Amino acid sequence: MKIAYLWIALIVLSVTSLFVGVTDLTPLDLFGMTEYQWQVMSISRIPRLISILIAGVGMSVIGLIMQQLARNKFVSPSTAGTTDSASLGVLVAILLFPGASPLFKVAVAFVFALAGTMLFMRILSKIQFRDPILIALVGLMFGGIVGSATTFLALKYNLLQSVNSWLFGDFSSILKGRYEMLYVSIPLIAIAYLYANRFTIAGMGEEFAVNLGLKYRQVVNLGLGIVALVSAVILLTVGSLPFLGLIIPNLVSLYKGDNLKSSLPHTALLGAVFVLACDILGRVLIYPYEISIGLMVGVIGSGIFLYLLLRRKSHV
Amino acid sequence: MSDRWKLTILGAIALALIAVFMIIDGSGNWDYVLPRRAKKILAILLTGAAISVSTVAFQTLTNNKILTPTLIGLDSLYLLLHTAIVFVFGSTALAAMGKNAQFGLAVGMMAAFALLLYKLLFKREGAHLYYLLLVGIICGTFFSSISSFMQMLLDPNEFLVVQDKMFASFNNMNTDILIISIVLVALVLAYFYRDFKYLDVLALGKEHAVNLGVPYDRITKRLLVAVAMLVAVSTALVGPVTFLGLLVSNVAYRMLSTFRHAVVIPGTILLSIVSLVGGLLIVERVFTFSTTLSVILNFIGGIYFLYLLLKESKT
Repeated sequence: MKIAYLWIALIVLSVTSLFVGVTDLTPLDLFGMTEYQWQVMSISRIPRLISILIAGVGMSVIGLIMQQLARNKFVSPSTAGTTDSASLGVLVAILLFPGASPLFKVAVAFVFALAGTMLFMRILSKIQFRDPILIALVGLMFGGIVGSATTFLALKYNLLQSVNSWLFGDFSSILKGRYEMLYVSIPLIAIAYLYANRFTIAGMGEEFAVNLGLKYRQVVNLGLGIVALVSAVILLTVGSLPFLGLIIPNLVSLYKGDNLKSSLPHTALLGAVFVLACDILGRVLIYPYEISIGLMVGVIGSGIFLYLLLRRKSHV
Repeated sequence: MSDRWKLTILGAIALALIAVFMIIDGSGNWDYVLPRRAKKILAILLTGAAISVSTVAFQTLTNNKILTPTLIGLDSLYLLLHTAIVFVFGSTALAAMGKNAQFGLAVGMMAAFALLLYKLLFKREGAHLYYLLLVGIICGTFFSSISSFMQMLLDPNEFLVVQDKMFASFNNMNTDILIISIVLVALVLAYFYRDFKYLDVLALGKEHAVNLGVPYDRITKRLLVAVAMLVAVSTALVGPVTFLGLLVSNVAYRMLSTFRHAVVIPGTILLSIVSLVGGLLIVERVFTFSTTLSVILNFIGGIYFLYLLLKESKT
């Protein structure tokens, strides 16, 4: 797919997204908005658009980086153990601060995700990995340990459903004052873009990378750090969005190859366009209600990606 | 220490744990206690074998040690089935169905799904395993996003019924189902037995295997069918336990000094029996059923695995 098409789709869908909703707002209203219309725009519609874009771009980009660093196509950002640390944080926030504001709870959960990530990196630094697969394996095991603590507490206090519902992807609760945490990820994604070449080289293996004069450890740590932080922020504010971290990078690399510098823009744009399209559809289908994005992405994504995969000629 | 010794010691630990499990706190009511516990042990042996064989075979086929057969999406289908029944008909419908019908339905759906998936993908000439996995992930995500949406909308009391299905459990083993499962697993293992001996060669990678005269495509397909059947039976019997497979297979690779499947597979089976019986003992005696088996297994197993890795790095 030409990148120009993706840009066009992105712009068209973004504009559409601003004018879809229960309150009547047309592009013409932009000239001479009432006080009320302006509030709808600034409190709900614009934050929603921003968070969709950040979530779509962020999740797919860090998915690609994670797969490159671990040199394994089946590693997703949640493999770094962040998701499990963040869930534990959510649980602790619900348990200890039941009356606190949403942003405060998100901050508590974020601290847990951060601590979990640091612990994960620390374990990795103690292990000399001859095999990049170990990154993913340590992440999975670490996630399993943290996850078991969460399950233990959640079962004890009967909170499993609450934690799961929190982490279910949903944009309808995104309002001004509840999503600002997402901005943390913008500079991180920018750094990821600047370092794209280095991640590509790191993905060729430690010896090769060191030969080319790359500080391998440093680059890997930076990459994993970005992956963990961005996925924690998105998971906690928006919820989990299936497919973005795993299937989109894989699809793009089927067509574009593994050079991050050239596949990163495609991956980012495709991620954003996909989430935007699903969100708009979810808002239109049962208007004036809406279907939450977690379900839309899961259902529509399965259809589209299955089609794309099966249609492709069977040569690898 | 040679691998033979390690396997012997593991076997001895497994036997000792089983003995402890059978007689601990029996307080004289042997007629009541022993048959019930024997059923649990049988279920553990069965699940341990099914999960270990399928995980190791799957990892060799895909040449990827972080994967488990979960990737084909069977666990998600199992959970979706139960969530959907509770969501649409209510938890009483699930209870009214009876265990045998539930088991039959679960095995049937999982087997049908796996076969359909394979059929769809292997029909195309030269279909690559990579596509199968991607398609499996997509289907699994599809199932699990529907079930988590339903779970979010469920009444909390009804959710508790679904919650029980989210974790593996060895309680209330039904004799009929146990016998059927044993027969099914034995049939699968016997029918596909001659394919398993190719695993050592398949581990060398597709090119080498083909060069050495292995009918690669045929063997891969047959093994994948075997893996799916084993996972379907064990999941329907006790619930999702695939993380255990990942854990024990990786501990086994590290513990044993060879990658030969004739050693690794028995090692993995013994390890999973040891961890299942040990975990169940902890759940029943220490936590008095206040938590689930997977919590104990993931916690202790995960820490043990990281410890093994750290120890390996020091030497």
